[in-house]
Amino acid sequence: MSAADPGEVVQEHDQHPLFLPVVFLGGLVFGVGLALSEMAKPEVVLSFLQFEDFGLLFVMFGGAAVTGLAFFGASRVLGTAPLTGAYYGRRLKSLDRNVVLGGGIFGVGWGLSGICPGAAYASLGIGNYAILWGIAGMFVGAYAQAYWRSSPAVSGTDATTAD
Amino acid sequence: MPLESLLPAAPFPNGIDHYALGGVLVGLGVVTIYLATAIAPGASTFLESTLSYGSSLSRLDRYRASRDWRVVFTLGIVSGAALYTLATGGGAWVTAVAPWRLLVGGVLIGIGTRLGKGCTSGHGVCGVGSASSTSFVGVLSFLLVAIVTAQLAMAAGVSP
Repeated sequence: MSAADPGEVVQEHDQHPLFLPVVFLGGLVFGVGLALSEMAKPEVVLSFLQFEDFGLLFVMFGGAAVTGLAFFGASRVLGTAPLTGAYYGRRLKSLDRNVVLGGGIFGVGWGLSGICPGAAYASLGIGNYAILWGIAGMFVGAYAQAYWRSSPAVSGTDATTAD
Repeated sequence: MPLESLLPAAPFPNGIDHYALGGVLVGLGVVTIYLATAIAPGASTFLESTLSYGSSLSRLDRYRASRDWRVVFTLGIVSGAALYTLATGGGAWVTAVAPWRLLVGGVLIGIGTRLGKGCTSGHGVCGVGSASSTSFVGVLSFLLVAIVTAQLAMAAGVSP
């Protein structure tokens, strides 16, 4: 995360009373979208990766088209966000080899299981209790990389490329 | 293997309507939060931010400030999917994909999304929507590797 990410500067004590309700509402709509598009079913995602059904492209790029309109429109037309006072910006992260390496590791996991983080949470909502194996694995993996990247040797040499 | 044999006779055997509409709703969920707060939320940061409740690793410290709303965002995602399932009367659905694939895949996803700075929603929806070159590289990396992995698993007879 860069220091400019508004998500990092929101403090609990000065939150607008509508902040968490709006975040929940956004998550709710996000979850309906994942259930409707069937991305919450690993089998459907695997059928895309195995070239049996290309529908997933419409989900990802349909979503990106909608966010793109808001990201570029808001940053030009509107000033700051009503609930945080933060300036509208785009989601931009620095490019380094971790993006490719991490993307590749994620890709192996995605291709093996057919799950990804958001879709896995939504999968719980459709009653897929078996997905808890995957979610447990994600926490283990996230902790493992955090443990490794918290060691002095790694954070010392990696400080300039920290996301 | 000739390329034609990889392509389906019908590229969208289940139609495109529910895919496109679902994608638009995923985007609208992000936009709802973005317009109110200027935050472009991704789903994978929840993993590290939630771990900060129980761990004091320095890597996790940076997510303390956002961990509460990320939990609420995730609860919203679970609730939205549950609401859709209840509203359509579909009943609970459980995957046939083997637990070991979910577990091993999950571990790699946990490592990869955090190292690679995003997942299918952070890079794929928010980052691509931002026309971020980093996210284009991220999406291309995980998409190509996932396709190769899934094809190899299929060829090796890994099922379900």
